[in-house]
This record gives sequence, C-alpha cells and structure tokens, in this order.
Amino acid sequence: MKTVIPIGPYHPLQEEPELFYLTLDGETVVDVDVRLGYNHRGIEKIAESKTWDQITFLIERICGICSTSHPIAYCNAVEDCAGIEIPERAKYIRSIIGELERIHSHLLWLGLAGHFLGYNTLFMWAWKWREPVLDLFEQTTGNRNHYAMIKIGGARRDIKNEDIPAIRKCVDSLVAPLEMITKAAIDDPVLHARLKGVGVLKKEDAIKYCVVGPTARASGVAIDVRKDEPHAAYDMVEWNVITQESGDVFAKAVVRLLEMFESIKIIQQCLDGLEKTKGAEFCVEVENIPPGDGIGRYEAPRGETYHYVRSDGTNCPVRHKIRAPTYVNLPSFKASCIGQTISDVAITLASIDPCYCCTERTAIIDSKNGKKEHLGEKELIRLSQEKTQKIRKKLGNQEGQSPFFLEK
Amino acid sequence: MKLKTWGLKKSIWVFHVSSGACNNCDIEVLDCLTPKFDIERFGMVLVGSVRHADVLLCCGAITRQSAPRIKRLYEQAAKPCFVVAIGGCACSGGIFKGSYSIAGPYDKIIPVHAYIPGCPPKPEAIIAGVVKLLSTLK
Repeated sequence: MKTVIPIGPYHPLQEEPELFYLTLDGETVVDVDVRLGYNHRGIEKIAESKTWDQITFLIERICGICSTSHPIAYCNAVEDCAGIEIPERAKYIRSIIGELERIHSHLLWLGLAGHFLGYNTLFMWAWKWREPVLDLFEQTTGNRNHYAMIKIGGARRDIKNEDIPAIRKCVDSLVAPLEMITKAAIDDPVLHARLKGVGVLKKEDAIKYCVVGPTARASGVAIDVRKDEPHAAYDMVEWNVITQESGDVFAKAVVRLLEMFESIKIIQQCLDGLEKTKGAEFCVEVENIPPGDGIGRYEAPRGETYHYVRSDGTNCPVRHKIRAPTYVNLPSFKASCIGQTISDVAITLASIDPCYCCTERTAIIDSKNGKKEHLGEKELIRLSQEKTQKIRKKLGNQEGQSPFFLEK
Repeated sequence: MKLKTWGLKKSIWVFHVSSGACNNCDIEVLDCLTPKFDIERFGMVLVGSVRHADVLLCCGAITRQSAPRIKRLYEQAAKPCFVVAIGGCACSGGIFKGSYSIAGPYDKIIPVHAYIPGCPPKPEAIIAGVVKLLSTLK
C-alpha cells in the first residue's frame, strides 16, 4: 500500500520554504517530489530597477547565510562585464569574509544535523562556537550578518591592520573545538550506525544530477569553483579540495568538518597577505558599466553560486539571472532518498544543507481511503530521534557516555 | 490585570513564523535559544505548533503565496496571542517593497503588537522587544 506524505512548506527551523511529497511503501520511500516558490520575492526583477551598486545590498538578502557568496559572484559578473581588475588587498578581504562565512555556515548545518538526530548537545555546542565568528564579523564589518563588505571594484571597507591579531586569535581558538567535534563525530558508533550508508549519492548519480558543492565532493566529484576558476585570493594561498568517496550523509558531514580546517588555513594566509599590503588601496573607482554581459561564479558554503548580468550601458542591469546551489542539489533527492526509511529522510534531506525548511506541517495521506493524518515537523524529527535512541540502546551507549561528554 | 494576560507574563511560548525572509532573522531567533543568549531563562520556549503559542515571532515580508497561510496561522492561535514583527521586511517590506510577489508587511495581513526593526535585529534586540511587549500587558 502506498502513502504520500507532503512535507512542508513551512518549518520553523530552516531557510526558504519548500514542499516535498514523499511517496511511501510501508516505511520505505519510493518516490520524492519537490515544489518550490513559497519564498519567491522576485529579486531578479527588483534588481532591474536598482543601480549597480544598490544591487549588492539587495542580493545579500537572497539568503542570510550565504550573504557574502552572492555579492562576490555578482561583483565577479559585473567585473567580468566591465573588465575591472580588483586590487590585491581587496582579494584578500573577499577571501577572508567568504571563508569566515563558510565556517559559520558549516557550524550552523552541523548543529541542525545534530538536532535532527537527537544530539541536542551537538546543536548547542556547534552554535556556541559559531558565536565568536559572528562577533568577529561585528567587529570587522559592523554587523553580525549581512556584512556589506563586497563592492564592485573591491571591498566597501578595509579590514584594519590593528584588528588582525584579534581575528587571528579568534580563528585559532576555533581549531581545538573543531578538532574535538571532528574526532567525536568520526569515532562515535551511534553516528556511524545512523549516518553510514544512509542517503547514498553514487558518483555516477552525482554527475548525472549535476550536483555542486559539498554534496558533489562527498560523492568523489572534486569540483570547487575556488580551484577550478580561481578568483579573489584563492590562487594565492595553499589549500586542498576535500573529497570523500562514499557519498552517504556521513561523508557529507566529514567533508564539511574538514573544509572548516581548510577555511582556517586560507584565512591565516590571507591575513599574512593583509599585513604585507598595509596601506594599499582596497577598491578601484568604477565610472560606468559598458554594454555587454558578464558571468560570475563563487563557491558558496552549499555549492556553486552563479550570476549573470547584462548591461546596456545605463546604471541598471537589463537582466540579472541568479542560480543558487540548493536549487541544483534538490533533484539529487531522487537518487539519495529513494529506498530509505521515513526516519532517515529528515537527515537525508538535511544532508545537502538545503533550505529544508518545510516540515512544519506533515500530512500523511493514505492513497487507498484518502484518510488524512496530520503530523507536525516535530513528528518527523521525533521519528529520527527515536531511531538514534534505539541504536544507542543496542550499542549500550547511553546519552551520558557519549563521546561529546567524554572529551572534556 | 486580567487573569489571561497575567498568566502570560511569567512564561510565554513563542512560535516562529517565516514568510519570505532571507532567513537571517530566523537564524537570529534560533540564536536566542543557544547558550550565549538562552531565552529560556525568561521562561520563553520555542514551540512547534501555533496552537500552543502565546507570541508569534514573525520574520520576512509576506509573499503572495504565504499570505493566506499566515492569516490561517493567526486564526489558529489561541487568543490572547501577540504578534511581534522582527526585522525591516516584517515591519515595512524592507528592500523587497514594491515587488510583484510581495503581499505586504505583516500589519497589512494580521494585527501586529510590537515592531523590532533591524536587518537583522541582534538577538539582544529581539529579547528586549519581547520583554518590552510583556511589560506593557495589562
């Protein structure tokens, strides 16, 4: 007997609302469908009515978490169109802000993933370590989110050299907790049982569905815009693209955990660069944008962000096209969710770090008699958390003995 | 003071509504729960159902698709129920004002009792706003 479960469109925990229809056979998912458009604000159209400089503020507000990735991609596009070369100091500033954002975004995901699995300790800890990063943003840019640091032609404001020791200290202080959490996650038997072999996206499927970002890298596809099409300071510093082969949720978590260390490496080297370029200019004057078009890409925490702009020589773009990473990653659920049990769906959907914002209202519809049963977002998370409890009991691992507690 | 509002003062349960936000206000609302801010010390708990809620924390300009759903959410909440508009978009439409897919800020759709401006407001501002709302209850 098949049942259809719509998940969404509203959920109090996450980003943009989306609506999923899960078709179930018993407890196994046989099909998944996605509906979008609940969070549609018409940003591409608004962009056509704003000036080139105003648009950087508008597109920051596409997503609060990728609020530097979009402006960097947009400025790359405009600079591609107008043939602008940005100063070296601006390149370092862009990379530092971009990588700090990656750290805070991955920590945010880690916390939510922990919550879905019933590891609320992980949720609280990951978000606790995210706070120093936000404080750093407030110190250097003036705001905890929406930093407004990126401008066509460079950076809107400088990072003061007096601030560098504080940034360095804060970033260094993150290494120890990140190492602890990485070790705890990689060695934890419950997380192994809960995440390994769950939501597998094979390498062929990853290529077939054209996924991007950590979702692709966890399936062994080594794509990263920062390496493939270097911009900002990414070709001036040493770092590695992290890949995993297995493609399951565990691999996706490991990719994100290890990427944070690479981000820290990039930030440290960029800070050296800032020290070297002390007093240099950080923004070039842009007079006007000539007619033509330009493409800009940036590796956002969730994957490749793509911006296209077309100019007719006036102070507004004629067309501004945006493609965000989650939109590209969503169809891969067809490969990763099918065959899973309903209690594994919460974490599988969350594993691409989507705007999986949607399980506020879940209705189970029995396709035979059309009977409706309404479940809240809590129900789905409860199912997921109950499964973790069961595995814990089986392994004789009580909550009090979890490695998260042992470490300290 | 009426018994109903007196009962509200000590421990309010909040429900989080997002209707076309950029997600930053939502993250800041969640941030209030985490160890640094910890709103539970004021007796505030984030609940999963609007039927349990005393206060709706609303983020984002309302899109056309979400407008009827927001109205329904408000109708489902047990009264007295207070609405707090968080962030520039919820207060006035913010940067998305004038878009074809925006139905309006919150006060066009449902009654709003407190406004917390900012893009996004800091968690301290959100806590201060809700506490201020509570102190005006009669």
